[in-house]
Amino acid sequence: MTIVTDPPKASFRVSQLIYDTRYRSITFQIAALIGFLILIGWLISNTAQNLADLGKEPSFGFLAEPAGYDINQRLVDYDNQNSHLRAAFVGLLNTLLVAVMGCAAATVLGVTIGVLRLSKNWLISRIMTVYVEMFRNVPVLLWIVLIMAIIIETLPQPRDFRGADPQASMALFDSVAFTNRGFYIPEALFSRSLGDIHLFGASAMRFDVSLDLLALVAVLLAGLWASARIKRNADAVQEATGVRPTVWHFRLGVVFVPLLAVLVLLGFHLGYPALKGFNFQGGTHMRNSLIALWLALSLYTAAFISEIVRAGILAISKGQTEAAAALGLRPKRIMNLVILPQALRIIIPPLISQYLNLTKNSSLAIAVGYMDITGTLMGITMNQTGRELETVMLGMLIYLLISLSISLVMNWYNNRVKLVER
Amino acid sequence: MSDLHSHTVAFVRDTMLPQKAPPGTSVGVVGWMRENLFSGWFNSLLTIAAMAFIYLVGSIILPWLISPTWQAESLGECREILAGLGREGHFGGACWGVIRDRWIQLLFGFYPPESYWRPILALVLLAVALAPVLFSDKVPRKLIWFSAISAFIMPWLLWGGTIWTPLAVIAGFVLAYFVYKAVDTAAGALAAIIAAVVAALVWWLFVMGPVSEALSSILPLGIEPVESRKFGGFMLSVTIGVVAIAGSLPLGIVLALGRQSDLPLVKAICVGFIEFIRGVPLITLLFVASTLLNIFLPPGTSFDIILRVIIMATLFASAYMAEVIRGGLAALPKGQYEGADSLGLDYWQSQRLVIMPQALKISIPGIVSTFIGLFKDTTLVSIIGLLDPLGLSNAIRADADWNGIVWELYGFIAFLFFVVCFGMSRYSMYLERKLQTGHR
Repeated sequence: MTIVTDPPKASFRVSQLIYDTRYRSITFQIAALIGFLILIGWLISNTAQNLADLGKEPSFGFLAEPAGYDINQRLVDYDNQNSHLRAAFVGLLNTLLVAVMGCAAATVLGVTIGVLRLSKNWLISRIMTVYVEMFRNVPVLLWIVLIMAIIIETLPQPRDFRGADPQASMALFDSVAFTNRGFYIPEALFSRSLGDIHLFGASAMRFDVSLDLLALVAVLLAGLWASARIKRNADAVQEATGVRPTVWHFRLGVVFVPLLAVLVLLGFHLGYPALKGFNFQGGTHMRNSLIALWLALSLYTAAFISEIVRAGILAISKGQTEAAAALGLRPKRIMNLVILPQALRIIIPPLISQYLNLTKNSSLAIAVGYMDITGTLMGITMNQTGRELETVMLGMLIYLLISLSISLVMNWYNNRVKLVER
Repeated sequence: MSDLHSHTVAFVRDTMLPQKAPPGTSVGVVGWMRENLFSGWFNSLLTIAAMAFIYLVGSIILPWLISPTWQAESLGECREILAGLGREGHFGGACWGVIRDRWIQLLFGFYPPESYWRPILALVLLAVALAPVLFSDKVPRKLIWFSAISAFIMPWLLWGGTIWTPLAVIAGFVLAYFVYKAVDTAAGALAAIIAAVVAALVWWLFVMGPVSEALSSILPLGIEPVESRKFGGFMLSVTIGVVAIAGSLPLGIVLALGRQSDLPLVKAICVGFIEFIRGVPLITLLFVASTLLNIFLPPGTSFDIILRVIIMATLFASAYMAEVIRGGLAALPKGQYEGADSLGLDYWQSQRLVIMPQALKISIPGIVSTFIGLFKDTTLVSIIGLLDPLGLSNAIRADADWNGIVWELYGFIAFLFFVVCFGMSRYSMYLERKLQTGHR
């Protein structure tokens, strides 16, 4: 009996690069890498050639030049002698402003509609279905320009508010004016203000933060923290003795009394808009473009959020509700302790990706003339300086950074709430 | 015992009573209303509020819709007609004259009127070509060949020109097929694929142009060419949408497979591409299409703006598609992959026969909602100056005759989009039901 063994294969043949699974993956990857690098190199060389032909050296020097255009809706100081970089920064803040406002409104509206769609009331759930289908199946850009057109065509002009017998009048006890140039709302003023702190000195990124606002936020956070401490103590007492002490009035007081005290100390009052000449003075002016963009993005995204909320609640199996009821929990506690914690795990990731969509959709501001980062950097700055490559690349980079930071938050949350299986 | 029993129980029923009809208040319309509309004081309140809301909206919209202004030539004339009827103000009545005046433009843009039959025929071809794809169980399979051919006929119908160009493009595929067959028997599958791709590329890039020119000079068969800038209206949206949808699905599948791949480099390239595209708004990619794409390509190339937009829209949708399909791939149990491996299938066989059919089925809702999103996003081309319905609406509203018109125009455009998008979402529900195998 002899044992036949394969002769040792010492030699390496070229065909092994393709047919031997040990080497094949490396071969493929090297081929892919070479192809990718060739593609990139080809694009870069084309770009360099084309730019040289046009006589444009790629440079970001234009960012320091005076912008020369005005931005009517802004959160920080700006005039047309400031640099393009400053204009882009103002635009970025405007993007973030409409994104934050839109996310807040869309969440409130979307959750309400999602819950109402699950209502046992046939009529209500049908109305909400019509809302969702109507907004989901029509482009958001159409909603934006439609709402803008409605504001311009149907709301009164500021001059209609003039005279002894005006055609239009202000709403909410003369505090808010809805005009076709935008909404004028009261602003918060402090007669004993703490002043502002100026961040980033004289650079293009400089902005002021109101110390009053910081103080209010700090007091609010401290109050919430104290309230949470009281709740924890009450929980501990309940664990130990079985009797839950009544603490809700302490918890409310510890949040609101210091807040009110600070407001009084700072001399808080509202500055109302008033008609002076041909336009309103005082108060905060929200431009019609901001209103149109905000409303359209919120209404549109709310339709998607309501579907997410509905799906999240429906995804919790009926057995969970029944088991909780069998444990003797009341319906409200079943919702709070059993359904919602599980539904939130399903709802939050797609909800955050809707926030991301809303932020990206806010770039459609350019259609109604709201000066966000697209309107400033990739709009007027690009047209004035002719720097298409630099402005579009910079704009994409900024959006990419915003998106990546939102997805980082989402990944962190996903990892935190992930069910550990097997 | 028995005595006691006979004393305590006076009567024992030994037959069942017939079932009684339920009370009138719990069946029929009344019962349904009691259960669904008036089941408690809060619910009743909601119902009454909802009815009031519906009445309010209906009482504004219905009279507004019924408005005898179809023949009006301008907004001013509409207002005169309505004022003659004693209806004034914003909700006095719709001005349908703008739709009568401009509906053809909203559908076709500035396409030459004598050639309207071409986009209409292309739409009919599209419907026939889609039938074997959409309703595979009701339509003969052979029709798929017609779909493949009409993919080349439709662009020719829209843009016109000589017929030899689409034929030469088809010839490239035929050439690639024969090269594949020839090399496959001689040198194996991998070499055959590479040879076929190279042969087709050489044909398309270098040989096709002169050949089709020569053929068209010998036998000038063709139809009037139409420039891209005359494209517009809903036709433009459908063109961009359909091409980008058809292109993004295969590209998305490749990207999803690349992202799931074991090869770290391929995976890194795919992840980078997908995350980049998903991280930026579509409008920035359209800016790239309108201003930068010519800078990225070799000096002197300048191709059509619609084609550039279609390329960017396809890339954009394919990244989203890849994520949707990746979700489907991840939802498949690991046993399916292992089962396919244990049958001895290689990577492509297992993907084609086992993994993809199931993964695609799971991802249908996501795929269709990506399609719907893409079709809605075609309106963004109005921002870079193309005349899709929204771009045209700006022009119409700037017209002196129709300056100040809002609801009728946007309502009409919204209605067109709604019909298409709602139809797509209903089709996806139908497909889900049809493909349901009852696992869950």
